[in-house]
Amino acid sequence: MDATAVSRADIAASAPVKVVARGVDVYYGDKHALKDVSVAIPERSIMAFIGPSGCGKSTFLRCLNRMNDTISICRVTGSIVIDGADIYDTAVDPVELRSRVGMVFQKANPFPKSIFENVAYGPRIHALAATKADLDAIVESSLRKASLWDEVKDRLHDSGTGLSGGQQQRLCIARTIAINPSIILMDEPCSALDPIATARIEELMEELKQNYTIIIVTHSMQQAARVSQRTAFFHLGTLVEEGDTTSMFTNPREQKTQDYITGRFG
Amino acid sequence: MTEPVARTLRMLPPKPTGFSGADVQQRLSQRRRADARFRAYGLAAIALAILSLFLILADVTGKALPAFTQSTLRLDVPVTSEHVDASAPKAGDYEATVRNALRGLFPEVQSRADRKALDSLLSTGAADALRHRVVADPALIGQIIASKALLSSDADLYVKGVSAKVSTAAGVGAAKPSATSGAVTLDLAPDALAGVLATDLAATTTAAAAPVTLDTTTPSLLLALNGGIVKITSLASGKAEGEILVPLTTADAAAAGAWRHILIATPETSRKINDRQIAFLELLADKSAIERHFNFAFFGRGDSREPELAGILGGLMGTAYTMLVTLGLCLPVGVAAAIYLEEFAPRNRLTDLIEVNINNLAAVPSIVFGLLGLAVFLNVFGLPRSSPLVGGLVLALLVMPTIIIASRAALKAVPPSIREAAVGIGATRQQAIFHHVLPVAMPGIMTGAIIGMAHALGETAPLLMIGMVAFIADVPGSPADAATVLPVQIFLWSDLPEAGFQSKTAAAILVLLAFLVVMNGLAIWLRKKFERRW
Amino acid sequence: MGAAYIIALLGLTAAAFYLGRARGAGLRTSGARAHSLPVYHGWYTGLAAAIPMLLVFTLWSPLAPRLIEHRVLSELPAALQPADDLARAAVLRDISNAAQGGALADQASPEVRQAAATFGNLTSASDWLRLAAGLGLGVFGLVWSLPQVSREFRARNHVERVVLLLLLASSAVAVLTTIGIVASLLFESLRFFAQYPWYKFLFGLQWSPQIAMREDQVGQSGAFGFIPILGGTMLITLIAMAVAAPVGLLSAIYMAEYATPRFRAIAKPLLEILAGVPTVVFGFFAALTVAPLVRAAGASIGLDVASESALAAGLVMGIMIIPFVSSLSDDVINAVPQFLRDGSYALGATKAETIKKVVLPAAFAGIVSAMMLAVSRAVGETMIVVMAAGLSGNLTFNPLDAVTTITVQIKTLLVGDQEFDSVKTLSAFALGLVLFFFTLSLNTIALKLVKKYREQYD
Repeated sequence: MDATAVSRADIAASAPVKVVARGVDVYYGDKHALKDVSVAIPERSIMAFIGPSGCGKSTFLRCLNRMNDTISICRVTGSIVIDGADIYDTAVDPVELRSRVGMVFQKANPFPKSIFENVAYGPRIHALAATKADLDAIVESSLRKASLWDEVKDRLHDSGTGLSGGQQQRLCIARTIAINPSIILMDEPCSALDPIATARIEELMEELKQNYTIIIVTHSMQQAARVSQRTAFFHLGTLVEEGDTTSMFTNPREQKTQDYITGRFG
Repeated sequence: MTEPVARTLRMLPPKPTGFSGADVQQRLSQRRRADARFRAYGLAAIALAILSLFLILADVTGKALPAFTQSTLRLDVPVTSEHVDASAPKAGDYEATVRNALRGLFPEVQSRADRKALDSLLSTGAADALRHRVVADPALIGQIIASKALLSSDADLYVKGVSAKVSTAAGVGAAKPSATSGAVTLDLAPDALAGVLATDLAATTTAAAAPVTLDTTTPSLLLALNGGIVKITSLASGKAEGEILVPLTTADAAAAGAWRHILIATPETSRKINDRQIAFLELLADKSAIERHFNFAFFGRGDSREPELAGILGGLMGTAYTMLVTLGLCLPVGVAAAIYLEEFAPRNRLTDLIEVNINNLAAVPSIVFGLLGLAVFLNVFGLPRSSPLVGGLVLALLVMPTIIIASRAALKAVPPSIREAAVGIGATRQQAIFHHVLPVAMPGIMTGAIIGMAHALGETAPLLMIGMVAFIADVPGSPADAATVLPVQIFLWSDLPEAGFQSKTAAAILVLLAFLVVMNGLAIWLRKKFERRW
Repeated sequence: MGAAYIIALLGLTAAAFYLGRARGAGLRTSGARAHSLPVYHGWYTGLAAAIPMLLVFTLWSPLAPRLIEHRVLSELPAALQPADDLARAAVLRDISNAAQGGALADQASPEVRQAAATFGNLTSASDWLRLAAGLGLGVFGLVWSLPQVSREFRARNHVERVVLLLLLASSAVAVLTTIGIVASLLFESLRFFAQYPWYKFLFGLQWSPQIAMREDQVGQSGAFGFIPILGGTMLITLIAMAVAAPVGLLSAIYMAEYATPRFRAIAKPLLEILAGVPTVVFGFFAALTVAPLVRAAGASIGLDVASESALAAGLVMGIMIIPFVSSLSDDVINAVPQFLRDGSYALGATKAETIKKVVLPAAFAGIVSAMMLAVSRAVGETMIVVMAAGLSGNLTFNPLDAVTTITVQIKTLLVGDQEFDSVKTLSAFALGLVLFFFTLSLNTIALKLVKKYREQYD
């Protein structure tokens, strides 16, 4: 049965579909890294990709904003449609796409510049602010949305690399929010953080869900269960199972999923 | 990787049968001694290398010191309308003016040979300072001007004690000359010059009692007494015969301590300055007319055939223009090439070829770049020979590989997460690199650039090929003028026979080394200051 | 005139940039976002104006003088027509000198003055025409590009493509340099071998490049036998390596294996300073200090030492190469993995035994390549030998004699006023070619070795 059809049927009642992937294959040189992945992702919700290391979940995530384009040996086939347009169409400018599909990385990677400059960079290159006041406003609102404002408002011109790990990751989220994307991709955003910082990021995701479609890759099944509405389980480059998070963790359709979430491998 | 360890096992000495016993102890102490010996060899090698460095520096510094001071003669020069016409002060014969002033100090000197010796104490540029003053203020014509005349290089070196070994001592006992000019016999105390006879002239003496004859191949002995100078030609105990070089004021006996003897150990034939000139210099020194100053002119003049007039400004300006051209070309092109190869180049055979090519180019002998410059820039493109423009071009090609390699290393050290972060929020790859990667890599790139420029600064051989070796007295005014650079100036001077140029060469080397120390210091400081750990 | 053109170019480019940027900024006021930032539109229009102007300049500038020269020469009376290239260059020099009012301009003949006038007129006409054509095309580029500025126009992509091309061109400079070196050396060498047989060059035992003015001159045979020079180069290199190889290697071993961090912190910069001393300074030291010392030392034990002995030049060159050998070997020794040393220590070996029997054999390939690079450096070194070695090609292996080297001969043959076509001058390029390929093969092999060595432990 077509996975897309299943998830579409699932989603239809709750929210409109934001992303539809159909038959996506990814090759790194000769290596077939992702095999025939099809999935639909609903708008304004959190979708989690789980699976053991090397299963292709991060690869798939990077297909959604064409980050894989920066790797010369990487080749993507199939179609990924966001808001009704195929993002691998030759007419699509990946740079423009990435301004709509922001990304937060596994390791916090603030620019070695001030906190303000970190957030202001995106709006600048996309000409989102006409005046300095506009820019200030965007920076403030982004930092507020990332619930970092209160902690850094007095030291906006200190280096972003001087913040703690959790703060750095929230700065990266603020930086992503500042370009006003509709989708935020998160590649294991909490893997380098302690539980308290992780909890803050999870809270933040819960809030951001109101306005953004969030897709998160995570190693932690607990995190997926806590934050996401839908979950996709990848294994060895294939999408094994995808569906409503609660039902997937309580009643998986596939044996492999069952084995993974009960800790038999992974 | 276990294989080399296995090999070690085979190579180790056979296992001893027991762990005690004299045999084992002896072997152990032998091995310890061998270990200490090996360590000492290593230390000695490093010590040798560092010692050579200090030897070179000490040698150069020692040779350079005389060049940093300059001797001038204080003269009261009457500027007369005979030599200088008030309507055209520039065309005046200032040389004659200064010469006459010097002759005025020795009115008794009349013979041609004596006058020539006296004149030769002055540099050919001795009147330059006077000319400047008079041209600037023609009202000085007709007045007597207190002036400082530059000594010739040979005189200067004698005054500094460089060109001849001279020892002076006050006379013992009284000395009575028989005449005030011409040939003279001196009555001396019996042991007046005993020390000189016994030690310094011992080699020239055949029998102890016989008088010692002095000529141009033996050390010279001059006596300064009664305001004149006697050159000793024959010396025995208590008696000396000689020739008066500068007439004495009286033929009275000079009391003990009121005269002195000057022994010049270097024979007259092996020095540039003769006894007559020395006599004049000694008397001028007695009058405190000779002064030594810091040699500012060395830094403010171009090259010259006369050592005392030669300066490094021409070489410095040539170096400045050359470095400007080099930096202006190789920094942007080198960094751009590094960015392309590190960030954009597809991994294919062409890129590999470019990389291998750059690595090999870095090891091509520098003289080959000179041949390239000669064949291509001069003969094909017809660019001006001897010009800093061509020199800069050649050096730019020479240091380009260094800068590319250093810049690539600096770019490689920037973590990929910075690029991903920028690309992840919709920056293009070029924006990511120019806005984020390049600024982070900049200190590393600048360090590489400075080291490359220091290399270019000391480079000589390729510049010889493109004609930057011509003698150029003028200080260049643009990169297209014929010029030389500091290292080539050093090479040119080191080749000249005049003794005065040896210290100039060494002094120019010190200036060059000072620049290199500053540049390398800057590079080290940059590296320390911007060292970043990820 | 060139300056005026460049000022016009910069001015028009700046104007085009500001126009384009202003138009790009204007897009914003009308609401929705434009594809590219205003600054990219500015760059786009600026480039559209600058590129045609640059093209005109680079095409016109080398071409126009040739046309003008041709035209000016054709106007000269038949009697003054130059017979060959050399005469042609001389006539042109006279004309250009007369046109610029140079030192001897007054003495020029009326025909030359006439030609000079034509030359001057044509040159200034050409300069004006070039400026007009450049500005015309530049303005055309601006007028063509400005209306393209619109919300959808992908100015950034166009500008980035040009930037990428510039980056690519920059990395091509290194390749062009190599091609330039090989081409110029080969070209001039072939001209040499056309006049002097290659086998006599490669295997000849006599080097005396002076060509006899008269038949009866002795020793002025114009013989270009390479062997004595090769022998001299090898002799000096050998002496240099005899100093640098043991001292450099032992220093590296001490630095890598024995030295405390504090010792390293002092000794390493000192060695770097030694490495940074310009070769002309070593040359000075060799010629004025070491050579007389060697001579005096020889004399004191009754040996007759040449004042430009191979020994003095070789010793100082050895000192110069010590830091080169030691820093390369230091890297190589440090790359030997620690577990090999630990294995040896665990068996009870002393430090010296571990170094000699484990570390050095493991680093052997790397050390060999370091030595090869050092040899290549010694062979190509110029200033020390120019200042301290001899000029005559003696075929000897006595280090106390004066010998000459490849680089000394290249310098001697090419420095000073020479006509470029003589066999003597061309022979320098043949020597350069040999030097280039010799060092190139040494480097290539050494780099290959070191790469292999690195891969072994990666």
